[in-house]
Amino acid sequence: MTDAISVSGLVKTFGRTRALDGLELTVRTGEVHGFLGPNGAGKSTTIRVLLGLLRADAGTATLLGGDPWRDTADLHRRLAYVPGEVTLWPSLTGGEVIDLLGRLRGGLDAGRRATLLERFDLDPTKKGRTYSKGNRQKVALVAALASDVELLILDEPTSGLDPLMEEVFRTCIAEERKNGRTVLLSSHILAEVEALCDRVSIIRAGRTVDTGTLAELRHLTRTSITAELAATPTGLDALPGLHDLVVDGPRVRFDVDNEHLGDVLRQLTGCGVRSLTSQPPTLEELFLRHYEEELVGS
Amino acid sequence: MSALTGTRHLTRLAFRLDRLRLPVWVLAIALLPMATAAQYKQLYPTKADLDSVRAVLSTPALVAIGGPLFRVSLGGLTAWKIMSTELILIGLMSLLTVVRHTRTEEETGRLELISAGVVGRHAPLTAALVTAGLADLVAGALAALFLLATGLPATGSLALGLAVCVTGLAFAAIAAVAVQLTENARTAIAIAGAVLAGSYLLRAVGDTGPTWLSWLSPLGWAIHIRAYAGERWWVAGLAVALAALLAALAYTLAGRRDVGAALLAQRPGPAMAAAGLRSPFGLAWRLHRGLLAGWLFGMAVAGAALGGAASALTDQIAVNQELTDMLARLGGSKGVTDGYLGAVFGIVGLVVACYTVQATLRLRAEESAGRLEPLLATRTGRVRWALSHLVFAVVGSALLLAAAGAAGGLAYGAQISDVGGQVPRLLGAAMVQLPAAWVLAGLGVALFGLVPQATPLTWVALVACLVLLELGALLNLSRWIVDASPFAHVPKLPGAEFSATPVLWLTAVAVVLAAAGLVGFRRRDIG
Ligand SMILES: Nc1ncnc2c1ncn2[C@@H]1O[C@H](COP(=O)(O)OP(=O)(O)O)[C@@H](O)[C@H]1O
Ligand SMILES: [Mg+2]
Repeated sequence: MTDAISVSGLVKTFGRTRALDGLELTVRTGEVHGFLGPNGAGKSTTIRVLLGLLRADAGTATLLGGDPWRDTADLHRRLAYVPGEVTLWPSLTGGEVIDLLGRLRGGLDAGRRATLLERFDLDPTKKGRTYSKGNRQKVALVAALASDVELLILDEPTSGLDPLMEEVFRTCIAEERKNGRTVLLSSHILAEVEALCDRVSIIRAGRTVDTGTLAELRHLTRTSITAELAATPTGLDALPGLHDLVVDGPRVRFDVDNEHLGDVLRQLTGCGVRSLTSQPPTLEELFLRHYEEELVGS
Repeated sequence: MSALTGTRHLTRLAFRLDRLRLPVWVLAIALLPMATAAQYKQLYPTKADLDSVRAVLSTPALVAIGGPLFRVSLGGLTAWKIMSTELILIGLMSLLTVVRHTRTEEETGRLELISAGVVGRHAPLTAALVTAGLADLVAGALAALFLLATGLPATGSLALGLAVCVTGLAFAAIAAVAVQLTENARTAIAIAGAVLAGSYLLRAVGDTGPTWLSWLSPLGWAIHIRAYAGERWWVAGLAVALAALLAALAYTLAGRRDVGAALLAQRPGPAMAAAGLRSPFGLAWRLHRGLLAGWLFGMAVAGAALGGAASALTDQIAVNQELTDMLARLGGSKGVTDGYLGAVFGIVGLVVACYTVQATLRLRAEESAGRLEPLLATRTGRVRWALSHLVFAVVGSALLLAAAGAAGGLAYGAQISDVGGQVPRLLGAAMVQLPAAWVLAGLGVALFGLVPQATPLTWVALVACLVLLELGALLNLSRWIVDASPFAHVPKLPGAEFSATPVLWLTAVAVVLAAAGLVGFRRRDIG
């Protein structure tokens, strides 16, 4: 099977800012690919190059077998795009925008449009200027998901959605994958990518720092635990998958690989847990932990 | 926290955001009267020179355009010549400033961010009014000072500055009410702008006959302060009272609504798009049609009013042979009326060019707002999208000129019982302006395609054309500067002979500029 997207050595500068600095990205046909990076990493810029909105300074980009800058109109028949910051025409209703974008792409499935409107709980009769950020995003999402296309390019599509709607969004993406569509999903939230994606590319400062399946990137998915125990714990440091342990009397703090979370919790329970907080590490923390040397070295 | 907490902070922010825009407005408004006075001083050095122009300046058409000439003196003439322009400029500056710092902020959601901080309920409105009010004050004071510097009497200079300032305050308050009525900044500008245009019309009609109409118009008040002609200071009080009253109304209305909401509630629209909304052109039609319809109505009314004034002018002047000869010479044409009509349609051409530029610059507005990106991610090609908007600039301008010309021809023709003859004549006088307006559209496209950040300079070019038309002859500018305006090349129909050469040249320039812009647009980055 060919790759839906393949990008190699991509460079794009804006004045003195080097937004992309030799970026690599491969998205296989039929997969949901997470495009992960902190704010300003160059996700939107990459996507704009792929859509033929920006012209790269160097490197190659292939989209659905074509050149995104030259074969724009032909390629755009086969994809749908949700921008990171959705702005609507103030005088058009959400429903009108959905239909317009769908028709400009070459058609919209009326049944799916109705279902999606209901699932996202979106009122299509409101004018563009009265929608909140989340609702503007829903308009773009419904237009994209109701289109009959091979490739979905979604730029941080959940940044304005509430948790309930994020869940709806996840269900929709899972269905799209079952229907065989390819999805490029950019995000700066690790947990979101973890829940949805087959493979992930992690970028920072315009470069790809890691890419692979979730299993291959398992070392990234740790949880930070802080707990207060009834007694001073013993034997914790012998457990596999446990990192950065700090023991302060009955109080402990450590990170644990998610695959070993169960064992570690059993051990803790044995000591009598008074309080426990856990949180997934932020992307920034991960970068600090894993890629610092690499970045310093470069 | 009081309702005004944070006002000072917001005012400072407003001045910072406008640090370039406001000084340019204020300086233009302050310098214009001085330039006019200096020029008249050169043109009419003696009392006898001044007296000789009196008869011409009291003709109804000129009174309609500039207001009555109260006293023939250097100051009186200066006030007469520049007052209308000054008042329109200060009105525009004030209303745009207030809308920008209230509705625009609210619409873009920036205000929500600010309001979440420590900012009182009425702080944004107050900050906007203070910003506009200070700008008005400085503009008026500087205008008075500069006039004084040319040697004009202090009382009159002060009165002119005061008239300018209080008119600005009145329109700042009018805008403050307008922004409470609608959720949309553009609509608020349209409402306040319509009040400004209506005030001008009321004054124009009132000054030529039913005087009481002028007294319904803030612009009329400013002119009837009578700078340099026996000042009537109390008239300024009317504008101040109106400003205070409307500001109070604005605060009351603002207290009754939510952030982002408006008094004229938003009606729900269709849940499905109509069949026509399926192409870039279908979208452009939706985006342009309201503006175009408003302009069509306005230009038809203006054309009818100007055409209707023509025959009154002829009657008035026909009794005076000396004057007839003189105006015929001035107009460079066969008769008084044709000279007048030629001048009037020259102005109509420039006014229509405002629409042309507005419609053209929609391209950049759509791109900057981020609404172009999702469209270009569909099958829509760049050039096709651009052309769908440009159709409105190109064809819309033609429709507007046709409306003004046809309405003028009908009104004038009906009065001299020659509708069949005058409609085509005045239609021609209007339509001949079209290529000059197109050149501005071409310039707009060229900037948009090649130097997108500089696209707003198209407005500067339009203002330059206006200044060259108004002041070019007066300032004795060298020929090639005046010729930089495309409007300088338009044959002065209906009096002068039609000549195809300049029309073809202007059209060619417009096409070349637009083509260069489109080629640039195809190659450049979007965003
Ligand atoms: N049009 C532009 N002009 C100048 N700088 C830009 C432009 N677009 C993006 N950048 C810069 O390029 C970098 C990458 O931005 P972006 O691709 O938007 O990041 P992300 O989407 O990952 O948050 C940022 O430093 C941003 O400031
Ligand atoms: Mg982004």
